[in-house]
Amino acid sequence: MAISEPNPVPALAGSGSAYVTPSTSFGVFKRPVQSTGWRSWVFTVDHKKLGIMYGVVAMIFFIIGGVEALLIRLQLAAPNNKVLSAGAYNQMFTMHATTMVFLFVMPMAAAFANYLVPLQIGARDVAFPRLNAFGFWCFLFGGIFLNTSWFLGGAADSGWFAYAPNTALAFSPSHGVDFWALGLQITGIASLTGAINLIVTVLNMRAPGMSLMKMPIFTWMILVVQFLLLFAIPVITVALFLLSFQRNFGAAFFSVEKGADPLLWQHLFWIFGHPEVYILVLPSFGIVSEVLPVFSKKPLFGYKFVVFSGAAIGFLGWGVWAHHMFASGLGPVSVAVFSVATMAIALPTGVKIVNWTMTLWGGKLRFTTAMLFAVGLIIEFTIGGLSGVTHAVAPSDTQQTDTYYIVAHFHYVLFGGAVFGLFAGFYYWWPKMFAKMLNERLGKWNFWLMVVGMNLTFGPMHILGLQGQPRRMQVWTDFRAGEGFFNLAFWNRVASVGSFVLAIGVLMFLINVVYTTRTAGVAPADPWDARSLEWMTSSPPAEHNFDAIPTVHELDEFFHRKYEENEATGEIHQVSTYEEIMADEATRADKHIHLPSPSYWPIILALGLPLIAYGLIFARLLAVFGAVVVLLAMFGWSMEPSVADESDYDPPVDGGPTKELATLG
Amino acid sequence: MADVAVHTPPADGHDDHAHGHTTSTGLSNNKLAMWMFLGSECLLFGGLISTYMLYRGRHEGSPTPSQLYNIPLTSISSFVLLMSSLTMVLAVSAAQRRDDRNTMTWLTVTALLGATFVGAQVFEFTEFVREGLGFTTNLFGSSFFTLTGFHGVHVTVGIIMLMALVGMVSRSRIPGDKAEVVEMIGLYWHFVDIVWIIIFTLVYLIPS
Amino acid sequence: MSTQHATEVADAHEGHAHEGHAHDDGAHGHGLTDMGYVKVALVLALLTGLEVALTYVDIGSLFMPVLLILMVIKFVTVVSFFMHLRFDSKIFSWLFYSGLFLAVGVYLAALCTFQFFAGN
Ligand code: HEM
Ligand SMILES: [Cu+2]
Repeated sequence: MAISEPNPVPALAGSGSAYVTPSTSFGVFKRPVQSTGWRSWVFTVDHKKLGIMYGVVAMIFFIIGGVEALLIRLQLAAPNNKVLSAGAYNQMFTMHATTMVFLFVMPMAAAFANYLVPLQIGARDVAFPRLNAFGFWCFLFGGIFLNTSWFLGGAADSGWFAYAPNTALAFSPSHGVDFWALGLQITGIASLTGAINLIVTVLNMRAPGMSLMKMPIFTWMILVVQFLLLFAIPVITVALFLLSFQRNFGAAFFSVEKGADPLLWQHLFWIFGHPEVYILVLPSFGIVSEVLPVFSKKPLFGYKFVVFSGAAIGFLGWGVWAHHMFASGLGPVSVAVFSVATMAIALPTGVKIVNWTMTLWGGKLRFTTAMLFAVGLIIEFTIGGLSGVTHAVAPSDTQQTDTYYIVAHFHYVLFGGAVFGLFAGFYYWWPKMFAKMLNERLGKWNFWLMVVGMNLTFGPMHILGLQGQPRRMQVWTDFRAGEGFFNLAFWNRVASVGSFVLAIGVLMFLINVVYTTRTAGVAPADPWDARSLEWMTSSPPAEHNFDAIPTVHELDEFFHRKYEENEATGEIHQVSTYEEIMADEATRADKHIHLPSPSYWPIILALGLPLIAYGLIFARLLAVFGAVVVLLAMFGWSMEPSVADESDYDPPVDGGPTKELATLG
Repeated sequence: MADVAVHTPPADGHDDHAHGHTTSTGLSNNKLAMWMFLGSECLLFGGLISTYMLYRGRHEGSPTPSQLYNIPLTSISSFVLLMSSLTMVLAVSAAQRRDDRNTMTWLTVTALLGATFVGAQVFEFTEFVREGLGFTTNLFGSSFFTLTGFHGVHVTVGIIMLMALVGMVSRSRIPGDKAEVVEMIGLYWHFVDIVWIIIFTLVYLIPS
Repeated sequence: MSTQHATEVADAHEGHAHEGHAHDDGAHGHGLTDMGYVKVALVLALLTGLEVALTYVDIGSLFMPVLLILMVIKFVTVVSFFMHLRFDSKIFSWLFYSGLFLAVGVYLAALCTFQFFAGN
């Protein structure tokens, strides 16, 4: 059993006994227990390392998706443009959306969730650390698999919602859609296992005293999102299976000539798809609900309302999917029902906006970059929410659907909502994760360029859409651009210019990261005067997160330990500092900590999946090989205890417990 | 599947009362995870069943469902699967009594019953193909084979887990709490059974 | 037996108070006796027999509802007894049944939009 001693305590009796036979897997491999070097990352099960890995990979996909977007806007920057052929254009917008949704926003939210949820609830890791690692590798390999389609005959070209029968072999003959369906299947596994893992973690591993209603709001929103994932992923799994069977095994599911209902696909996709949009945005709602109180020096206004409206959104989100299908001939009753349901969902969303505004009201506001992004979210998201309500009204939507107006709507909610929230999170938690403060001056540039850029890019799309420019249109001509203020040529150019401003804004962030990493000194441990438990430990936290598991008495526990309210005047005054609180906690430090040990199996198991997928597309034999890898990895996994034997660690040079033993647990 | 034994500490005979180990809810992580997985599977099978329901009448070019279905055969195999739930629960109960011999016996019987079910399904499929209903013949064929095939794969995965479990019990290779591992695989097995209860009625009995 | 996660502190008895819950997390002492399980299985077998028998006699428009009711009874019986939901924590039931009801809800609604129940 591995033992960690955060405080210098004499070596424990009995722990130094036997370093004899390494316990191995299949009698061959020694368990990977290194605490430094590449192995400490590749085989890690530490939620913080995995969180960072999720973040880095998601960022790379953000850049890829961003380049795809720029190519789209370049093509639309001038009449009769030839930057992209029609075929390439189709692939570009399909992969842009797929990348942004499945390979950037979702995993970036997973990055924050992985890193922060255990810290916010006062736990030492997630409930299933190896499953967590497995999820990350599924995401990475699934994402790579999807993108290799570019070099293997062309990427998917049927739009991110892949409507049947456009996905039929006759209309999309390359392997692109096969890659798309199988790749999303693999990343779906990541989401599903992650969801189960995080829900169990939140339900079961809270620090003593942390009841559900004392949980930080970010953790709450993540909990809601994981429930959405838990129940939405299997729906798209079904849809993707049907699609793969259709294309690879000749099934008839969407063959209209055989009497199929193409609407079946639309239903399955949007039953998943609408919960999905909340999966994308709720983590960011959670982030700004953490950021706004800290920089207003006030508790979140109506914490309970924010929690319940989040849960309500999660619940109602299941009953509105057909608003994406108003123009598909559902019939008047269905349209009316889903139209009303959609308007209803705007209510809990509005509640949140009110709560954030009231949090700001009368606060001591500090406009750091994190705060700017949070306030930016409130404004931009509201605009997107309002256009959403305009297409909740079915007759009006029949004019808007499949035009750029829709593109405007979802970019305001996704960029102005989800992405701004993530950026607020970067600036807010950077010092937590890396013990450095991102540069505020570059941060301001980052923010303002992004705000200006996004409004320049997506604002004109309202006009373009209402003027009738269809979505996914590859080329426009001067002849059809019209005249006057609302001519398509002008606004398309504005949007294209805007997209480059936006790109420079994002570039500022990357520059900031490099600059900060090179130059900044060590950040203070509690730089923002924060409120929740993740700040009540060192930055970055030690492998075991907390020397002593804190006992929780209040919502915003950390804040309440620092400050007290004067009963009479209502003034708050500081009673304790970070250092004092930490010193106090140190007196209770746990002496024996078992941390789960690294493992080969998660990455091996995940590696089998793309092998199966390539095999299905190119050579069935490879698929069989992949399946064997998966099966062996499962056996190895299930026979491996989660905590390594002492004997797996290298024998200590000086005879005492090794360094690895101490830090790795 | 993958979540079995993911996180149990080394089986060193600790008694949790002696150590005060508890989770916030007092429930086992593993069981919570398994129930969530099963809740999620409801939406998977729900989608497949709905697809079948939508398409079952579209059988141009093949015999109709009621001409094809062999109700006596399917009734027997349904009964076999149902009884495998009984033997599974007896295995769980033996495991909780720490009675390894009976655990292994009942697990083996469960796997055999499951294999019988899968065998009957393979037979049924080949019969259907012989009578003119293939996977690609029409919408009825595609959705029927997909639904029942998915269920069959679930049973097969269950059989593999049961056999692996027997092997691991006999060699004491299970890290952590043996009874709980048996119970978890039991939950999965019963779930596969209840899905079949639904399929049996909705697919086989009702259109007849 | 410890179902506890391995990252916990090995010997912290105190400070690990948990929110009021009355019972042990093990499965010991829950559920029926083996004989009880056999009886449940007998009932299930009888119900299955009844279902099959019903397909051979003509009971008119009652056929569908009766079969559906029998199906639900069998389902709930397996879930409650063999899967122990009756004896286990409410949280398990809550997790499982929310998935189940959600599935029934969304898929029935989707089938409705296809006019599936309008008589075909
Ligand atoms: C105030 C709440 C909202 C309402 C009432 C609303 C309403 C709608 C409606 C009716 C559509 C379908 C329009 C059409 O295709 O004709 C739509 C599309 C869309 N919405 Fe929203 N929405 C809301 C919030 C959100 C949020 C929060 C997100 C994501 C974070 C989002 C993302 C999307 C996306 C991605 C699409 C387009 C999907 C596609 O066709 O590719 N919406 N919205
Ligand atoms: Cu929607």
